[in-house]
Amino acid sequence: MDKLIAKTACAGLLPLTVGSVSVSEEDVGAITSVSPLKGQKKALSDALKAAHGMAYPAANRATGKSGARAVWLGHSHAMLIGPEPDASLEKHAAVVDQSDAWAVVRLEGDRAEQVLARLVPVDLRSGHFKRGHTVRSLLFHMTASITRVGENAFQIMVFRSMAETLVHDLKRAMEGVATRG
Amino acid sequence: MRITCPHCGERDRREFYYRGAAVDLERPAPDAGEEAWDNFVYLRDNPAGVTRDLWYHEGGCGAWIVVTRDTVTHEVLKTELASEAKS
Repeated sequence: MDKLIAKTACAGLLPLTVGSVSVSEEDVGAITSVSPLKGQKKALSDALKAAHGMAYPAANRATGKSGARAVWLGHSHAMLIGPEPDASLEKHAAVVDQSDAWAVVRLEGDRAEQVLARLVPVDLRSGHFKRGHTVRSLLFHMTASITRVGENAFQIMVFRSMAETLVHDLKRAMEGVATRG
Repeated sequence: MRITCPHCGERDRREFYYRGAAVDLERPAPDAGEEAWDNFVYLRDNPAGVTRDLWYHEGGCGAWIVVTRDTVTHEVLKTELASEAKS
C-alpha cells in the first residue's frame, strides 16, 4: 500500500480570524469515550484520579486541565481527552478510542461569547458559564460539546464529518459579529 | 416551549425529540397475553389534561426523559430520567 498521509479533521479549513475572534484546530491527543458501568461511577472516578489526575466530571462540568481533561458528554458518558487511557479504567467503564472521530477547535477572542450567542440556544456568558463548565447542545443544526477553557476561550467538539459545516457556521457568525462594529 | 432536562437544566424544545406516550416503561411480560400486548402496541389515551410522554434529549446529553405535562394548559409539571422513573 502507498504511504497514507494522516490529515486532521480541519486540515485546509483553519486557522481563521475574523475581527477580534479567531478559531483554530486543537491537537488534543487521544480522545477516549468513558462510560461508567452500572454502580461504578465512584470507583471509576478514583481510578481516573490515580491514573490521570482528574475526577470523573459531574454533569455539565469538565475536570483536569489542558493536555489531560475529562469532559462530561452526556448521560453516563464522559470523554477523556489527552492521555492514552490507563488499563485500570476498563475495570469500571466501557472505554472506546474515538480519537479520529471528532473535530476539536478552539474559539477565542473578546467577542467569542457573542459569536456563540448566535449559534447556541444556551446562555454561555461568563456570569454563570465559567471555566470548567461544559454543555451538550446544538451549534446551529449540529450537536456539539462546548467547554469554556479560558476567560475568552472555548473548546468546541463536533463529529469529524461535520468539520466543514462547523467552520462554515462559525465563520458566518464571526462575520456577523464583526460587522456590528 | 421549554423542557427541563434532569442533567442539563432548562432547554429549548428544539433540542428534544418526541417519542410518544410513556408506555414503554410499562412493557408487558412476553406471556402477558394478546389483550395486554394489543393494548401496549396500539391503544393510547388521548387525555385533555395531564399526560406522560417520553422525550429524547437528542441535541443534548442523550438522556430519555419522562415529561409530565398538561395538554390543556401546556404546562410542564415534572421531568425525570426514564432510567430512574417508576411507571
